[in-house]
Amino acid sequence: MEGEAGNFKVTLTRKPRYIDESKCTGCTVCVEYCPVKYPDQFNQEISQNKAVHIYYSQAIPLITYIDESCLYLKEKKCRICEAVCKNDAIDFNQTAEKVEIKVGAIVLSPGFEPFDPKVRDEYRYGKFANVVTSMDYERVLCATGPYEGEILRASDLKHPHKIAWIQCVGSRQVTPGGNSYCSAVCCTYTQKQVILTKDHDNAAECTIFHNDIRSYGKDFERFYARAEKLPGVRFIRSYVSIVKENPETKNVTVRYSTTDDGVNEEEFDMVVLSVGLNPPADFRDLADKFGIELNAHGFCKTNPVNPMETSRPGFFISGAFQGPTDIPESVVTASGAGSQCGELLTYRRGDLAIERIYPPERDVSGEEPRIGVFVCHCGANIGRIVNVPETVEYCKTLPNVVYAQEQLFSCATNSAEEITDMIKEKGLNRVIVAACSPRTLEMLFRDTLREAGLNQYYYEMANIREHCSWVHPKEKEEATQKAKDIIRMSVARARHLEPLREIDLPVNKAALVVGGGIAGMTCALSIAGQGHEVHLVEKDTDLGGTARRIHDTLEGLDVQAYLHDLIGKVYRHPLVHVYTDATITEATGYVGNFVTRVKSERGVTEIKHGATVIAVGADVYTPTEYLYGENDRVMTHLELEEQIAKGDEKVINAESLVMIQCVGCRNEDRNYCSRICCSESVKNALKLKEINPQMDIYILFRDIRTYGYYEDYYREAAGKDVKFIRYEQHDKPQVEAAEEGGRSILRVTLPDYVLGKKLEIDADIIALAAAVIPSAGTREVENLFKVGLNLDGFFKEAHAKLRPVEFAAEGVYLCGIAHYPKLIKETVSQAYGAAGRVLTLLSHDLVTASGSICEVDENKCVSCGACIAACTYGAIEFRETPLGKKAVVNPVLCKGDGLCNAKCPTGAIQLKHFNDEELLSQIDAAVPGKKAIQQIEAVV
Amino acid sequence: MCTGRVDLAHILRAFSNGMDGVFIGGCRLNECNYITQGNYHVLNKVLLCRKIMEHLGLNPERLRLEFMSSGEGNLFAEVVDDFVRQVRELGPLGQGEGMDENGLKLKLKSFTKLIPYIRLVESERLRVRFKTIEEYEEFYSSEEFDRLFRELIADKLAMSQIMLLLRERPLSTGEISRILGLTPSEISAYLNSSSKQGLVRYDESEKRFALA
Repeated sequence: MEGEAGNFKVTLTRKPRYIDESKCTGCTVCVEYCPVKYPDQFNQEISQNKAVHIYYSQAIPLITYIDESCLYLKEKKCRICEAVCKNDAIDFNQTAEKVEIKVGAIVLSPGFEPFDPKVRDEYRYGKFANVVTSMDYERVLCATGPYEGEILRASDLKHPHKIAWIQCVGSRQVTPGGNSYCSAVCCTYTQKQVILTKDHDNAAECTIFHNDIRSYGKDFERFYARAEKLPGVRFIRSYVSIVKENPETKNVTVRYSTTDDGVNEEEFDMVVLSVGLNPPADFRDLADKFGIELNAHGFCKTNPVNPMETSRPGFFISGAFQGPTDIPESVVTASGAGSQCGELLTYRRGDLAIERIYPPERDVSGEEPRIGVFVCHCGANIGRIVNVPETVEYCKTLPNVVYAQEQLFSCATNSAEEITDMIKEKGLNRVIVAACSPRTLEMLFRDTLREAGLNQYYYEMANIREHCSWVHPKEKEEATQKAKDIIRMSVARARHLEPLREIDLPVNKAALVVGGGIAGMTCALSIAGQGHEVHLVEKDTDLGGTARRIHDTLEGLDVQAYLHDLIGKVYRHPLVHVYTDATITEATGYVGNFVTRVKSERGVTEIKHGATVIAVGADVYTPTEYLYGENDRVMTHLELEEQIAKGDEKVINAESLVMIQCVGCRNEDRNYCSRICCSESVKNALKLKEINPQMDIYILFRDIRTYGYYEDYYREAAGKDVKFIRYEQHDKPQVEAAEEGGRSILRVTLPDYVLGKKLEIDADIIALAAAVIPSAGTREVENLFKVGLNLDGFFKEAHAKLRPVEFAAEGVYLCGIAHYPKLIKETVSQAYGAAGRVLTLLSHDLVTASGSICEVDENKCVSCGACIAACTYGAIEFRETPLGKKAVVNPVLCKGDGLCNAKCPTGAIQLKHFNDEELLSQIDAAVPGKKAIQQIEAVV
Repeated sequence: MCTGRVDLAHILRAFSNGMDGVFIGGCRLNECNYITQGNYHVLNKVLLCRKIMEHLGLNPERLRLEFMSSGEGNLFAEVVDDFVRQVRELGPLGQGEGMDENGLKLKLKSFTKLIPYIRLVESERLRVRFKTIEEYEEFYSSEEFDRLFRELIADKLAMSQIMLLLRERPLSTGEISRILGLTPSEISAYLNSSSKQGLVRYDESEKRFALA
């Protein structure tokens, strides 16, 4: 790699795959015949794979490669795969290739390496057959795993019934070989594994030995409760040791202790080590090769307020290379890194894009259906079970079928060309490919139709592989009959197919960002940095949001200086228009074409924009407990931070200070964790200890949730004699005002589980870790922009993992603590992430809506509104028509799920491409010959 | 298209075509490809359809709904094998229930005719939304549901059958009662209310009811 930001030259070595990618169709016949078995890397070497194989079932491209265990590569023998591949895709002449590419920016996403418990003998991993890592167990649970989804243990391949999980393996340890940080994801993935285990085996006994349970993510607290409430599931707070293996049963004995029962030994069928996250194995090489700095743990060193920015310009990271990271955060940083690359390279956006041009579409609406059927052998996948030539002959007898042929691989490039040629030569106006699942290839074949000048909705796919040959490998005759049945049904449907139009809508290139805190400002700047106008709307007189009350972070960032700088950048940017003292009075429109009316210090403005970002922040709970509001020495953690920053004598000279965690959340009313409070309290405690080392500081907690690197600060605070005392939800601390030797104090009483007695602490100051709660404006925004909320009242993203910064409503995005409480750096990640998604919309001139959407026959509509009530997308509304008030579908908002169809009493609303005529004709054709017709006439 | 698009009309069409069982496969609950969670809609619909089938004397086990992901080929094969085995045991539709062909046709026809009405009832009165399959099943076996079923659907089904019978030829209360297996007083009540609505009339000469 050489060069600099904007102009890098990278040389890649591309290992030979020994497979011609342009020819391989992923049929896996070669895998079946390959004689070499070796441990499957993807399945943690628990099961065997072949020398030629597909790496895993979601691999892209979904085709095979040959690895070093191949007999031919090692000893020049075998070559069976070459002989069995009907598409000549095996190519042993391939050699390693050097590829040189020029790029402007580089994103490093090397991920992480699971902690290897072999480095510590005490875990007995590799010694006791039934001690596995959570990664091993993850594969065991999986349908595509080593036992095809059955939970088996290695020693006897039987179902383990009693399973123990041991948390924090390799994490939160300062002993050699371990990591001092918290791996952040293990508590929740363990709970997931427990729930899945119980799904597999309802009677399974699951025991989790844990330290603090760190369910700090969105909806994680409920998930924890769900796992904990399952019968036969025990969460035990204890350190453990793995003692011995029963020589006969190979069961594993675990020793642990509880405050109630003391030391215990218990035997388990299987023990799962919940291993933590290590830096990627080759982190030093990576750092040297690219000239980037690492942190003390071996992960990437990043800008403290921008977890995607490395020490070298032009280099960004995404995912777990920043440190332990879960899936949503990885996806967010991926999008965010993309946006920052966009900012760097915006001046040449689109330079490499080539527009695809299709021939004009032939109007066939007046023609009789002329159906062509192409039956695929899929190499041997279909062909050796289903009698393809016989099926082709059968197809020719079906109504409206004017042409049928077989193909070796319909998906191969030459076959697609053949289809295009036949459409033209035979004058086909409907095409059926009888092959595999439409999931993979329907898009490809639709494109083939477009290439031939036919409307793409004239394409129909009959699945005779997954639904037929693969499930009936031993019943060739019946499978052939079934293939005929499936195709006959497709033909019946194809006769009724209609040409559909996809709608192209222009995209307004401006964005609206609602909320002027760190999230809104960062997002606005990133969008504007890529050449788009941004309207930034803030309800207060000043920008800054909640960050105005925060003075520093645990890493030592001066938040006010950072904020001042950020606000300056916003006001200086020529493309960002700021509206303060603003309220939104009306929001209408849809993706690419929104219109929002804003009343602000600028007067009333009507803003037209293509994308909307919701970044309205959150509020802090006002406690009603622990004398808050009654005694001025009881304050929230944020108020404490403000007093420390001001140097309030009463606070910094206190003899004794008590912090109470989880005030107003993790309870019945608000069943979530506010995520930031543990690190906020640790930060305040460290600050106070720095100013006044004599001060007695107590932190009363339920679980300390200093996830990730913040574990180091927790350890530092404990080392500086900050006392951490655990309490439980059902026995909360009591606070009363009292006099003690002429000094008026606040007396805190709580049980001490370690000492087993009541504890009394006399405090001068009490700081309450008050919950972060949805902001007052949330409901308003919900109604204006028609976006959803989760059970706790925070905004709900389209998909927690895969679409974490988008709303289900297209063109509307979210970031910051309006989504869920989070730290400043996480807010920044999300803000860039949202900007990245906004750009994927705004960088296009048009958005295309599917043709398969609903339509109302006004003559049949009885204006009952059942369809309107059924539509989650708000795509249907009543409109006055010449026939009266009728339901009308907005084609841009309809997503084609068709729920409304099953509600409409008169069948007036129909989902195009899946209308009743098409579906019923398919159902009718399921019964061969005349029998069905007779019955239909008789009954309906 | 979502599983929630599957309509009673589709299910009934399959049964009317002589299918002995109908299987509906949907995405796992709470793993929606859209945002609409439409598989809850189909769950509701299938449970209702099974209740109606049961009421008409058709074995509800002939209609099965299962939720699974596209990655669960094994489960799909297992479930289908099981369903096929079960339907084979039940025998052909109608015959397995000890019903003659005319009886079966009457039942299916009366149900099919009511589909538009049932869709309305479902969206207006039976729009329940629970989280788990168990909660749905509990609701559908509750007394509250039984009451709603009697009030909203059972009478209509009986009426629908009576009207279909009378379309063939005039019948006496006793004859209708024998065909439908309902008491003569129940039949009288239905006939009285329909003659008030002007749908049927009593033919004095034949001493039988006929369509108005």
